[in-house]
Amino acid sequence: MSEFAKLIEEIAPLQQEDLEIWVRESLVISETEGGKVRFSEIECARVRLLCTLRYDLEISNETLPLILSLLDQLYEARGKLHALTSAVVAQPPEVRDAVMKVLRERLWHPL
Amino acid sequence: MKDPYAILGVEKTASDADIKSAYKKLVRKLHPDLNPDDKTSEQRFKEVAQAYEVLGDAEKRRRFDAGEIDATGAEKPNYQFYRDFSDRPDARSHADAEGFASAEEFEEFLRQAFGGSFDRRQQQAEFGPNLKARGPDVSYTMRVAFIDAVNGATTSITLPEGKQLRVTIPEGAHDRQMIRLKGQGGAGYGGGPRGDAYVELHIEPHAFFERRDANIHIEVPVTLTEAMLGARIEVPTIKGSVTLTVPAGSNTGKVLRLRDRGVLDRATGTRGHALVKLKVVLPADEEPELEAFLREWKPRHAQNPREEMLR
Repeated sequence: MSEFAKLIEEIAPLQQEDLEIWVRESLVISETEGGKVRFSEIECARVRLLCTLRYDLEISNETLPLILSLLDQLYEARGKLHALTSAVVAQPPEVRDAVMKVLRERLWHPL
Repeated sequence: MKDPYAILGVEKTASDADIKSAYKKLVRKLHPDLNPDDKTSEQRFKEVAQAYEVLGDAEKRRRFDAGEIDATGAEKPNYQFYRDFSDRPDARSHADAEGFASAEEFEEFLRQAFGGSFDRRQQQAEFGPNLKARGPDVSYTMRVAFIDAVNGATTSITLPEGKQLRVTIPEGAHDRQMIRLKGQGGAGYGGGPRGDAYVELHIEPHAFFERRDANIHIEVPVTLTEAMLGARIEVPTIKGSVTLTVPAGSNTGKVLRLRDRGVLDRATGTRGHALVKLKVVLPADEEPELEAFLREWKPRHAQNPREEMLR
């Protein structure tokens, strides 16, 4: 958990104004506890990612939601893929091989 | 600690803008959150970030160049990337990832299934060495103009992935004919040869040519005068127009044969014929003289063309 002010201090280039925009647009999710705005560890990591996009790659605040949305979809798809593959891995070898065979055909030939 | 200039891939004389530009390119390429499947990028990205920490700041860069600070002086505390959280089973946006048989088994399956990367360009290179097989065959369909099919043509087909394949349509190709393009199919596995591509030809109908086996049928309109008196008329064939002699007294339905003006029969090496069926047409505009003549005309032979039907 990091408090709003502490996070701004920790991440040198982070501008308070930007962080407020990101919270307002739900790009990061804050929690309020005892009147203080805090961020969980994963949200802090998201803030750092947003800082890289915003200050290093100079992506505007108008474009950030699009990129974050695509990234979130990527991670969600990865999560589902992991779940799917783990379900396949848990199958008997012949089932696995059969899935692998069809999978290869599909991957190289999406037609 | 490596030379920060080398890490960013710039000269010592590079401008601040060049350094920034090089850094931006490397962030796009290496940032773990933006490249979640590249497990090797993280260490390199950290080096890049560290190098830029020094070179990205004009004052720090000056002091580094002057030997006042070293490149490690600016090391950032180790923090976790978003990816580290997001790929954890308890991540909020995540499907439940319980039930892994084991981490190794899972990684191995992914590596085998996707070649260790979801990047299609890398799949083949990273594919396991123990599996070597011919790539699968693929099939496509292609619409072909009537004239291209009867005369043969070379055309190209654009595949869904953007690749262009040259297809030679043989003279006399028939509808639903399969053309085999050797080695144009799917990539082989583990260095195996490519499969073949099959293209099925769908021949489009023509406005007035009709093909029956090796023969070309065409209906040609002739004027009353041409039909009655005979004429030399120009008619189209699949290889351009030719002159055809219409004998005097040619009625609608009369079929004239143009020898060897048909389609090449690939089996026998001979050509079919063009069969021209005449169709007499009346004048399109008013012809008062003709009408006047017919009113006066007394045929030499009385004729009832419907006689057969009414018996």
